Amino acid sequence: MKIFEVPGYAAISETGFIFLGNTGETFNLNEIGKEIYELIKKKKPYDEIVSEIMNNYDSDQLTVERDLDDFINQLKSFGLVTEK
Amino acid sequence: MSDKRRYERPVVLKQQTGFMNKFGSGPLTHPKSEIDGIPVSELAERFGTPLFVISERRIRENQRRATRVFSTRYPAVRFAWSYKTNYLNAVCSVFHQEGSWAEVVSGFEYEKARRLGVKGEHIIFNGPSKTKDDIRRAIKEGAAIHIDHFDELYDVFEISREEDRTARVAIRVNCDTGVYPKWDRFGFNFENDEAKQALRRIMTSDRLNPVGLHTHIGTYMMTTDSYKTATDKLVELAAWLKTEYGHTLEYIDIGGGFPSNNTLNGQYLPAEQIVPSIEEYANAISTALLSLPYAKDELPVLILETGRALIDDAASLITTILALKRLSDGRRALIIDAGVNILITRFWYKHKITPAQPGGVMTENTAIYGPLCMNIDCIAENIVLPVMKKGDRLVIDYVGAYDMTQWMQFITLRPNIVMVMEDGSVELIRESENIEYLLENERIPEKLRSFSL
Ligand SMILES: Cc1ncc(COP(=O)(O)O)c(C=O)c1O
Repeated sequence: MKIFEVPGYAAISETGFIFLGNTGETFNLNEIGKEIYELIKKKKPYDEIVSEIMNNYDSDQLTVERDLDDFINQLKSFGLVTEK
Repeated sequence: MSDKRRYERPVVLKQQTGFMNKFGSGPLTHPKSEIDGIPVSELAERFGTPLFVISERRIRENQRRATRVFSTRYPAVRFAWSYKTNYLNAVCSVFHQEGSWAEVVSGFEYEKARRLGVKGEHIIFNGPSKTKDDIRRAIKEGAAIHIDHFDELYDVFEISREEDRTARVAIRVNCDTGVYPKWDRFGFNFENDEAKQALRRIMTSDRLNPVGLHTHIGTYMMTTDSYKTATDKLVELAAWLKTEYGHTLEYIDIGGGFPSNNTLNGQYLPAEQIVPSIEEYANAISTALLSLPYAKDELPVLILETGRALIDDAASLITTILALKRLSDGRRALIIDAGVNILITRFWYKHKITPAQPGGVMTENTAIYGPLCMNIDCIAENIVLPVMKKGDRLVIDYVGAYDMTQWMQFITLRPNIVMVMEDGSVELIRESENIEYLLENERIPEKLRSFSL
């Protein structure tokens, strides 16, 4: 099962604002993005993240997984998560 | 009802240094969820997408406003609807109901106007390519033939003699209006006296009745001065005809060319902020025209062939998002069901594109591509949109001019066009094409009729 990790130098605020301590870069997350990022930070596995989102939001598994994959790809490309 | 929250795609955006933090500032774009009071979703479900939606009310408002603006500045004004701008029967009929004549540039457009019930005497026949049959018909039906070049002049001359009838004619004049590139390929030139030469030739014939002078100085003209210059020059010619031949004209036709609300490619500020108002054009034209040395009761009618400025903002294109993609640079891309084959004005304009449904506060730089498997099919290179999902709809505005005439059947079939009527009903005014429509005119040679693979 895929588990992702948030690097220690990434600081996230209440409003979904991320600061990367190593590069000084900043990022914004929308509300659901912030929730997911926090789940990743808690080292929740992929499948758990999907079911958590489905419990909280009005959507289906296919959509959630498709969007989550894209989101994680983006996080990875920005250096905001690493894959374990 | 579940108490689950409305789902939005998760988004992470990198902040550019030096840019304002847009997050938390509320939605940047208000959705366009209705057109003339009809929900976009309802139109899309009923007629499918892509779907052109034309507002009857807006056409009438535009025409009435333009008529009022010119009529309050000059005593006799007549609009002639530029067919090529949008020659859907329903659209032309709204203009004709508002009192506009027909301005046509081909035998086909002429026939279209006649079939709608426009009399020859209310048709202005422009264009560089009239056939002898076109000319004969126009002479017989009393249409005004706007002569483009000497070969045409001699054709009109000859045919009017054959028919033993008087032809109502005008010449199209081109002139230096200070705008470049110069439009000198249509009509007779003013500066080198070609226009006078043509008028002299006309005056020597007892079969040609010169009823007017015409110019069309260009399209999407951003300066009112160029209209003043052009009108001054036509006024000079009209004055010359009067002193030289004692001849007064029925009308002076200034053509079209006023810009619409669309922003040109490469234009930085939105068109709404930089395009002169129709009042300013009217001031320029009427001031010049009123200097004509004619008696008050002889003043010629001012004819206007305004196209895009009267129709562009009366039509929208509803389109559906077929897919979302990521480009290699991480940018968001959308594939929509409307391509450049039905949005030909994409090659001139950065269109106004608005989501049809409310979005979240987060926005993304987005590229929008049409459905054609062709690299040119790009509807917007980079626009800021809320977070969109597959199946969402976008409304592309100001698509009334030239798109529904220059559109092409290419890879996909051309879609439905509806008109939202003043009473709120919705009428299908052009049915989407089907394969039968397309194959109707094809012929397969006998030897090609079978094959085995
Ligand atoms: C002779 C003539 N009149 C009128 C028009 C309408 O022009 P516009 O849509 O720019 O007002 C055109 C279009 O190019 C034209 O060629």
